[in-house]
Amino acid sequence: MNRERRLRRKKAIEGYLFASPWILGFFIFTAGPMIASLFLSFCRYDVLTTLEWIGLRNYKEIFNSDLFWKALYNTLYWVVIGVPLRQLMALILALLNNQQIRGKPLFRTIFYIPSVVSGVALAMLWVWLFEPSVGLINTLLRFLGVNNPPLWLGSEEWSKPALIIMSLWGVGQGMVIYLAGLQDIPQQLYEAAEIDGAGIWHKFWKITIPLLTPSIFFNFIMGVIGSFQVFTQAYVMTRGGPLYSTYFYVLYIYDEGFQYMHMGYASALAWILFLIILFFTLLQLKSSGRWVVYERL
Amino acid sequence: MVNYKNRKTRQKITSLILTLILAIGGIAVLLPILWMLSTSLKDQGAVFIIPPKWIPNPIRWDNYSKALEFMNAKVVYKNTVLITFISILGTLISSSLVAFAFARLRAPGKEILFLLVLSTIMLPQQVVLIPQFIMFKLIGWIDTFYPLTLPFFFATTPFLIFLLRQFFMTIPIEMDEAARLDGCSYFQVYYKIILPLSKPAIGIVAIQSFMSNWNEFIRPLIFINSAAKYTVSVALANFSAEYGMTPWNLLMAASLVALLPCIALFFFAQRYFIQGIVVTGLKG
Repeated sequence: MNRERRLRRKKAIEGYLFASPWILGFFIFTAGPMIASLFLSFCRYDVLTTLEWIGLRNYKEIFNSDLFWKALYNTLYWVVIGVPLRQLMALILALLNNQQIRGKPLFRTIFYIPSVVSGVALAMLWVWLFEPSVGLINTLLRFLGVNNPPLWLGSEEWSKPALIIMSLWGVGQGMVIYLAGLQDIPQQLYEAAEIDGAGIWHKFWKITIPLLTPSIFFNFIMGVIGSFQVFTQAYVMTRGGPLYSTYFYVLYIYDEGFQYMHMGYASALAWILFLIILFFTLLQLKSSGRWVVYERL
Repeated sequence: MVNYKNRKTRQKITSLILTLILAIGGIAVLLPILWMLSTSLKDQGAVFIIPPKWIPNPIRWDNYSKALEFMNAKVVYKNTVLITFISILGTLISSSLVAFAFARLRAPGKEILFLLVLSTIMLPQQVVLIPQFIMFKLIGWIDTFYPLTLPFFFATTPFLIFLLRQFFMTIPIEMDEAARLDGCSYFQVYYKIILPLSKPAIGIVAIQSFMSNWNEFIRPLIFINSAAKYTVSVALANFSAEYGMTPWNLLMAASLVALLPCIALFFFAQRYFIQGIVVTGLKG
């Protein structure tokens, strides 16, 4: 008995030892900083002078700031319109690529390529594509007979749609996830449905979509979390402009924290963002019971 | 019989239409990259000609050397390669050890800890970025590579822990037990059995880690100040400002070079890219 207990304890110690990089990392780089930023959010701190406790003043200031509401609106626009559009696009591409056609692997590769290019270089490319007078997009639009194509990134009205169009180009990753989901659906289900006289439309809504819901759910969860943190495009392509139309939330955090050194205020902003993301994620998790089909037939 | 024939022609027509749609979509996807290539080879003056020409005349190959020289590519690329390489190494070592613990070892509280790992996937990094900045500032690490590399030795990418753990779980436990009976320690099981059997998963983790470190922007932007320590992303972002205007041909040349390693890696290891997404995407 005693020996067994000793063995179990030795096993446990070894387990913690193997996990120790993560445990240490969690405290140093995640949990510690989280508590610190929560604390900072109630303080005034600019790194150079001493820290001052100011209670809820940062939060009050934030909720009274027009810029906060503007940044929040822009970010919600980007999430609420961008994420579903990207999912729809990825799904359509996956469905097309799942048909009996020649050259499937080639098409899959081509559609995937944009997902491997990202970051600043990609942003630079799209600034050039959206260039109003000689950019590729407006050149094509003029060729198609559009006389006054939009100014895109230079226009308050078109800047957000432009960034969303750009993001649609990179849906290859979502496409691959849906494609894998589609290939997991047993062919017999379709055959059985055909015997029962089901048409294409019926099969799509009663078999394909329900069995794809786990992939859809996963893509939405990850898409929403990632989209709330949009930064590089806005920083590199528009610097939040014109007229703050692409001033996204993380750009606001960056400016307050690292341009003006308002560490307390920026921490409060970051915590609000965290709570917003948490809210949206829990909302999706909670709703999933109603629409995600986990049964594999 | 007639009906059968009809159906076959209809199928043929449908597949033709689908191929056509995909072909148009495929061209639309590739056009921006071709446009980038075309611009990168144009003369400064030829960039603004209306209507634009696809084939540059003359072809200015020297745009590339000019652009790379201007962004101080030798130094900037050396920095980025160094940071990326060290970060991949740190990620591979730490996340595989941790994933092994979660897949194989028994310790009280394991489930709760694993749940914690998963929940940190959702944490926006902005919440921890400010205190991390202050912490690095206090210990004098701002404008060094430590903030960009060191955290990776502490398995700070929860997604990759998850991916590896899922893969380790698929390796039959009998393999471990046999090795244990032969007197192997847990570390030997990890090192001699699990790791060699997990090459595909390790490959996926290395690739994902490469992609995210190569393209990382906000962290070097915040933690690095001096131009001699810039990464490729930061140098690219500053290109136009330093130049005084936007030299589109040079900027496209510089951007294309920055994307090249990722595109090349994709063509060499396409299977790993796709598998990585599928594993992480579906078992979630």
